[in-house]
Amino acid sequence: MSDKPNIGLYWCASCGGCEESVVDLAEDILLVLERVNIVLWPVAMDFKKKDLEERPDGSILASLVNGAVRTSEQEEMARLIRRKSRHVMAYGSCAHLGGIPGLANQFAREEILQYVYEGSPSTANASRTRPATAIPKNGSSLALPEFHHLVRTLDQVIEVDYYLPGCPPTPRILKEALLALLEGELPPRGAVLAPDVALCEECPRQESKPADMSFTEFRRPHQTVLDPEVCLLAQGIVCLGPATRGGCEAQCIRGHMACTGCFGPTSRVRDQGAKILSGIASSVAADDPEGIDRTLDTLPDPVGTFYRYGLAASLLRARNRPL
Amino acid sequence: MLNHGAGVSRPSREWQPRIVAFFCNWCTYTAADLAGVSRLKHASNIRIIRVMCSGRVDPQFVLEAFARGADGVLMGGCHPGDCHYMEGNYKALRRVRLLRRMLRDLGIEEDRFRLEWISASEGEKVRAVVNDMTARVRSLGPLKLPEKFRDWDREIGELEEKVGKMEEKEHVG
Amino acid sequence: MSKSNGNRPARIGFYVCHCGHNISGTVDVAAVARYAQALPHVVVSREYKYMCSDPGQERIAQDIREHALNRIVVASCSPLLHEHTFRTAVEKGGLNPFFFQMVNIRENVSWVNESPEEATEKAMDLARAAVHRVAFHKALEPKRVPILPDVLVVGGGIAGIHAALTLANAGRKVVLVEREPTIGGHMAMFDKTFPTLDCAACILTPKMSQVKNHPNITLWTYSEVSKVEGYVGNYTITVRRKPRYISEKLCVGCMECIEACIYKEGKFPDEFNAGLSRRKPIYIPFPQATPQVVVIDPQTCIEFKTGKCKKSCLEKCDRDAIDFSQKEVVEEIRVGTVILATGYKTFDAGRLPHYGYGKYDNVYTSLEVERLVNASGPTGGELILRDGRRPKTVGIIHCVGSRDRNTNRWCSRTCCMYSLKLAHLLKEHTDAEVYNFYIDIRAAGKSYEEFYDKLLEENVHFIRGRVAEVTDWTARPSEEGKLVIRVEDTMIGVVRRIPVDMVVLAVGMEPQFDAQEVRRLFNISCSTEGFFLERHPKLAPVDTFTDGVFIAGACQGPKDIPDSVAQAGAAASQALVLIDSGSIELEPNTAYLVEEDCSGCKSCLTICPYHAISHDEARKKASINEALCKGCGTCTATCPSGAIRQNLFEDEEIYSEIRGLLTPMPAEAQGGESC
Repeated sequence: MSDKPNIGLYWCASCGGCEESVVDLAEDILLVLERVNIVLWPVAMDFKKKDLEERPDGSILASLVNGAVRTSEQEEMARLIRRKSRHVMAYGSCAHLGGIPGLANQFAREEILQYVYEGSPSTANASRTRPATAIPKNGSSLALPEFHHLVRTLDQVIEVDYYLPGCPPTPRILKEALLALLEGELPPRGAVLAPDVALCEECPRQESKPADMSFTEFRRPHQTVLDPEVCLLAQGIVCLGPATRGGCEAQCIRGHMACTGCFGPTSRVRDQGAKILSGIASSVAADDPEGIDRTLDTLPDPVGTFYRYGLAASLLRARNRPL
Repeated sequence: MLNHGAGVSRPSREWQPRIVAFFCNWCTYTAADLAGVSRLKHASNIRIIRVMCSGRVDPQFVLEAFARGADGVLMGGCHPGDCHYMEGNYKALRRVRLLRRMLRDLGIEEDRFRLEWISASEGEKVRAVVNDMTARVRSLGPLKLPEKFRDWDREIGELEEKVGKMEEKEHVG
Repeated sequence: MSKSNGNRPARIGFYVCHCGHNISGTVDVAAVARYAQALPHVVVSREYKYMCSDPGQERIAQDIREHALNRIVVASCSPLLHEHTFRTAVEKGGLNPFFFQMVNIRENVSWVNESPEEATEKAMDLARAAVHRVAFHKALEPKRVPILPDVLVVGGGIAGIHAALTLANAGRKVVLVEREPTIGGHMAMFDKTFPTLDCAACILTPKMSQVKNHPNITLWTYSEVSKVEGYVGNYTITVRRKPRYISEKLCVGCMECIEACIYKEGKFPDEFNAGLSRRKPIYIPFPQATPQVVVIDPQTCIEFKTGKCKKSCLEKCDRDAIDFSQKEVVEEIRVGTVILATGYKTFDAGRLPHYGYGKYDNVYTSLEVERLVNASGPTGGELILRDGRRPKTVGIIHCVGSRDRNTNRWCSRTCCMYSLKLAHLLKEHTDAEVYNFYIDIRAAGKSYEEFYDKLLEENVHFIRGRVAEVTDWTARPSEEGKLVIRVEDTMIGVVRRIPVDMVVLAVGMEPQFDAQEVRRLFNISCSTEGFFLERHPKLAPVDTFTDGVFIAGACQGPKDIPDSVAQAGAAASQALVLIDSGSIELEPNTAYLVEEDCSGCKSCLTICPYHAISHDEARKKASINEALCKGCGTCTATCPSGAIRQNLFEDEEIYSEIRGLLTPMPAEAQGGESC
């Protein structure tokens, strides 16, 4: 084994996009490979849990873990990775904030299982079989992971040293993080490795935003012909840019899509959804409850809109419900 | 510091709702003072945090209060048109309309979160609102989010324990 | 919680006040002190009888020095009362005064909660929140703003006149704005004043002309304030001066134009005579009106209505003072302080139909009687009823629209005395039998009770009882042609019928009809009744919650002339205090922007009603003008990326207060969170 530092990559509850984003480094990935040993990357290479267990604790310089934590398997792997790694980096929105999987926190576990295994129109499960954690097979027992009651961010399960935001993180974010890691130039522990200023700063449409914003109606992109030059909020499209960290180079905006908030809030904001709610609702034009509601009712799903990625990391974490 | 609250013991009583109130300095906080000066006795479940204007109440504060164990959150501001800062109460109202809806979607009952316009002279209204809200929250029962978070997170601790035991077993085996 | 003061750990001094028995009667202060002692970072915890007393304050200062305290919490009364006191004590101890947090356990706890256990627990919760919060406090410098020396007085009744003259005599420039064409207010309508029976006009009109002639007073009558901007010391006031269609400069008040009007007789109800006489479209409210300038009422003037008048008035005026094309003039003035003396309106007696006002000719309001008995009134001081008779018996009904659950609950304070005065005057003018129907006689003023005694000696009748009705339904021949007052005489327990020729309704005092609009304009509050709310009912009776805006006279509540004058003097001197101090310290609770945190998202721009936030196009960031910021914190709550903060109400200060409030009590804290 060379004396190049060891790097691990792992996925928990995620779509796989984060894994692909590593490949998005393109040629740069070769530069990375020149400088590090990849000792864990199940999606790309064959690693067994045992391989990891056999490594000495703290022998991995850094592990990039993407995905939220929903199952006991993910949790177990996260803990194992934590033990073996000097730095754990939450990679991508799901590990950072819970991400899209975190939206499942609006439903109780039973609701989810019931829908997926019984209720959904495409399900054919006459015997109402549900996944169990132990299944007897050929005389021995097969173990399946437990489905937790809650989707969790990585740092709600293990200690996390750094966060790479994004759904997925851009190649630039990844490259800069790896460089900082290898050069020993990481900021203080706990930092999000992206600018601590909201997206509008780097948004190409910033100047087109009028000073006198006031909302009478919110629209969804398919309901309107969008001006490709003008601030989306000014066109009544909910854009989370003002409450979301920059560093993504405004890629969605450049693709004529509003920001949905994947980089998460700035360090000064504790709850991204509440804060963008405040920022947007404050500028509703009406003064009377009915008029205000008329405008706000054009915004279909506040939780899904404002907590697209951040529900698991939000102050309330989930819909209030009995366990 | 050393000893957390040494020597203080409280008789165990039935559950009491805890309501965090954000009152604006110029109207509702002054009205609460007036209620005091007028000795208008009311439920003791309210804990007032003074802000200059209802417009200062960040929705995050409301969520933080719930997440930290408040059973209800009350906001008090000047009547429409009467804001000491002209329009702060309208901003509060707009946020509250959306926040209420979002809280409802997140399983927090509407009666737990309330915005009231109470002018500086309405000490009597402070009493009425506090009593009414306390009664409503009492009938809803405790929200107890910190306890709920703890219960929810028990599954994580459990697994850690289980894994520990399994590992032990493996080692033994 | 681990927060420091310039890298030093917090060392907190905690003080809980007994406030005599006000707090300690309900809250177990000793337990609160013990509890606080055990909270993190609390170094000293004490209880004391009166924290606001000198020894209490000195204790704080001394502890700061002896125990190297860097944060102070006082649990006592409302911060609106004593926050400043304790900040000063903290400063005396050598600390920045803003390293202080106050806990309100009197108004918010001991005075409103009965159970000692619950009150004590609540006091502990609040104490804990303050201890958490104060650790996050920062050193701040109060902002000082200069006070412009000029004063605006709104309302030209006796209160406004007196305030304006007091200030002008002290060498201050005053702008007096009055809605009506003349100053004088209600007092100018009165005949005599109680209890001295001075002629109201004789004592008022000299003051009115002083106002007109004072070099330091700018008098704008027929004008209204339409906009108020700015803050204490620096108000910009917009005044709309209605056209009177007469040049104030040119008119000398000769009134020949009035004589020349094509209306030979007055045709329209004369406001000054309470509608008892008629005036022409061109008129002067009363002979001593100030300014002595004629006014044309466009609602009734033929030229304005048809454009076809031959305008005989115009021909008659050799000074060419009449100008039908006059337009409203909008003036803008800059003043440092404002005195509101906008007065009151009388209760509309028509709201109590059983007293027959508007139904029976011979039922009058007290204000109408003031004009009836006045020598310059509609009858030249002769008491002639609407039907031409002179009354032989008069009934005065007290508390009409006062002390009545169905109308106004408050006592109007002046009606007893002016009813006595009117009884005296009526007797003097007509030698009629005068009956007073009263609930209580309230004669609580200097020489008032003596005046009441005098009336008793004058054989004025007093019947104690609230009048049931005034009716012309007669039960016996002696009642024919009279109005009958039905009343229970509670002294003898008998329902009586008193036939009279004239009924006087002693109408109460109500908030001015536009008190709500004026209050909004000047950003002050009203009490439940609708009168302007003073900052403190005892200790700041002419201040309002808006710095630099003072109130005087009946706009604050019913009061008589001496009280109005006294209040006007007080308001004037409060304004002078501000002006002479040259500047005022403002709470440093302004919003500020951490520029490197700002993304330039512009969410805050429309939020500020004072236009304190602008967008710096060059830097592409917001920019806050601290001088314009009034410190509401709405932009702080709005800023979606947390780049705008507010002094004294920082996010972390409020968060720590919330957490402190809700951190479980130690008894149940096992396994709970740390703070």
